[in-house]
Amino acid sequence: MTELIEAVLRGLGTGSVYALLALGFVIIYKATRVISFAQPAFMLAGVTMVTYLVLEVSFWVAVPVAAFLTGLLALGVERLAVRPMIGRPAFVVAIITLGVDVAVRVVVNAFIGLDVRNVLDPWGLRTVGIRDIDMQQRHLAAFLTTAALVAALFAFFRFTRMGLAMRAAAYDQEAALAQGVSVGAVFALSWGLAGALAAVAGTFAAAGSSVDAGLWLIALTALPVIILGGLDSLPGAVVGGLAIGVLQELTATYQNHAPWLGGNVSVITPYVVMLLVLLVRPYGLFGTREVERV
Amino acid sequence: MKGRPLLHTSYASEMALFNTPAKRVWFGVLLAVAVAVPFLLTDDILQLLALCCVAAIGAIGLGLVTGYAGQVSLGHAFFLAIGAYTAAAISGDPDGRVIGFGVTNMLVWLPAAGLAAAAAGVLVAPLATRLRGLYLAIVTLGLVFIGQHIASEWSSLTGGVGVGRPAASLEVFGYQLATTDAFATRDQKLFWLMLALLLVFALAARNLARSKVGRAFTAIRDRDIAAGVIGVNLARYKTIAFAVSSLYAGCAGALLYTVSGYFDPSSFSLLLSVQYIAMVLIGGAGTVSGAIAGAFFITLLPRLTRELQAWVPFISTQPNEVPNVFQVETILYGVLIIVFLIFEPRGLFGLWVRARNYWKAWPFSY
Repeated sequence: MTELIEAVLRGLGTGSVYALLALGFVIIYKATRVISFAQPAFMLAGVTMVTYLVLEVSFWVAVPVAAFLTGLLALGVERLAVRPMIGRPAFVVAIITLGVDVAVRVVVNAFIGLDVRNVLDPWGLRTVGIRDIDMQQRHLAAFLTTAALVAALFAFFRFTRMGLAMRAAAYDQEAALAQGVSVGAVFALSWGLAGALAAVAGTFAAAGSSVDAGLWLIALTALPVIILGGLDSLPGAVVGGLAIGVLQELTATYQNHAPWLGGNVSVITPYVVMLLVLLVRPYGLFGTREVERV
Repeated sequence: MKGRPLLHTSYASEMALFNTPAKRVWFGVLLAVAVAVPFLLTDDILQLLALCCVAAIGAIGLGLVTGYAGQVSLGHAFFLAIGAYTAAAISGDPDGRVIGFGVTNMLVWLPAAGLAAAAAGVLVAPLATRLRGLYLAIVTLGLVFIGQHIASEWSSLTGGVGVGRPAASLEVFGYQLATTDAFATRDQKLFWLMLALLLVFALAARNLARSKVGRAFTAIRDRDIAAGVIGVNLARYKTIAFAVSSLYAGCAGALLYTVSGYFDPSSFSLLLSVQYIAMVLIGGAGTVSGAIAGAFFITLLPRLTRELQAWVPFISTQPNEVPNVFQVETILYGVLIIVFLIFEPRGLFGLWVRARNYWKAWPFSY
């Protein structure tokens, strides 16, 4: 029983990272109808900035600054590579973001180099425990930060003028434009937000271990998450992220009961879940069904 | 209709394989050059060109499903892997370290590899018929990861990560196609073989594209609902598109590693899929000649960046220095995809069309 609860708690920690990444994907998708394959690159860029910044300032300053800078990077990418493609088919833009991802990651990898780089987070591998159930502090911190960020995002979309503009643009771009919403600003802000979220997610993904070039694969796990939750659903991204995280940790904990699946089967569980979900519910758990008009 | 070569007087002549004299002439010239090339170039370049021909087969396959039928697939590496391992297992040494059945005849393992991959394509197709656009892209991306996991865990077939296994052996009824003998060197024979295979696969793809099936593909790409309304069976033709594309990928995967002779599970990563997407998009989506041009361009790119290194002194050839040729090469994949999609969406084929149209109307080309 302890094993089970601890696995679920670990899952909530890693799931929070997925949820943050998935929120970025969904925000961009809602605003621009494009899946940005550049998110992994932004995550890696953000966490690499953190590793450089923590050498100068404290962790608590480094993370927001890195998130801000990554947001700026995302803004630049949107302006240079994505904005000229407005009105072109969504898949062409998606492939462009794939190109951006490949190119940006090479530059970031050059900065990571061959040394072991740490985000020097205050948690390390320490745990907090109630009775005999232990939870790693970094997982608790990831969960709480995600909860705070999600609450802030929901408040932003619900109560601010810009949030309302973003919701309007997501609902109907032309109508929003006609009402005076600057759709360009909505595009830019959504990319900036996604970049910043990716940087925070990357920091928690690297907390307690080190940063290397393979970290970007974690960001790709957010793709099954958004399929599970629904491409255009913010609650879906959060629920899906936590669900995939918990499922992955459960598989990792109990996979020794099925050795024929191979060693690291937990790495591909999200993708298997995604295939199964798509066969049953093609628009995910919370996604809106596309209505086709001829 | 002498003197008016572009005037078609029958449907058959308009739909012909080479429907203009220019196409006939260019095809003849290129083929003659390609056949003669092994006498002019050194062996290491020939080996690279042989690799280009194989990559072109795979790129044509991806072009059929992504360029013609409009179904974005990021899972090409998965199908390449299936082809490569089927072929290697069938022709492998029965007493070796990894699974092998000892049937070394290429006429057996090549079709088998294609069919195995095509079967996998048919299995994936039900997903494709339910999904569209970006959903499909993500699902096929998932296939790559699942395939990579299986390949790295099933070490009795694949030899395991970092070790790998020998590729299929190139022989037909006991005649070795990939050894130097009195007639030609290994690389000359390799190039001619791959060129012949590319020719077969490219002509087959061209013929498919101008048939009823090809027109159904294009209709689905342009507007799938409209295609459904005019009577194109969407499920059926999407399945065909995936099956044919996977068949090409399987054959390409089987041949790809016969050139180097050895391969390991880490080859079939997402980067391989991205390379093939880059070939199709940089070459020109929806054309067979574009896919071939793109495949040659992308496969020659590493070599080109190495040549570039002589001119740009700050690029290093040492992998531990920054910036090195490997980084420049990977960045170029990404940047070229972006630049082509923004400025010339029809790719290299589009550049050719522009040049052609310029000279067609010369000196009045404005």
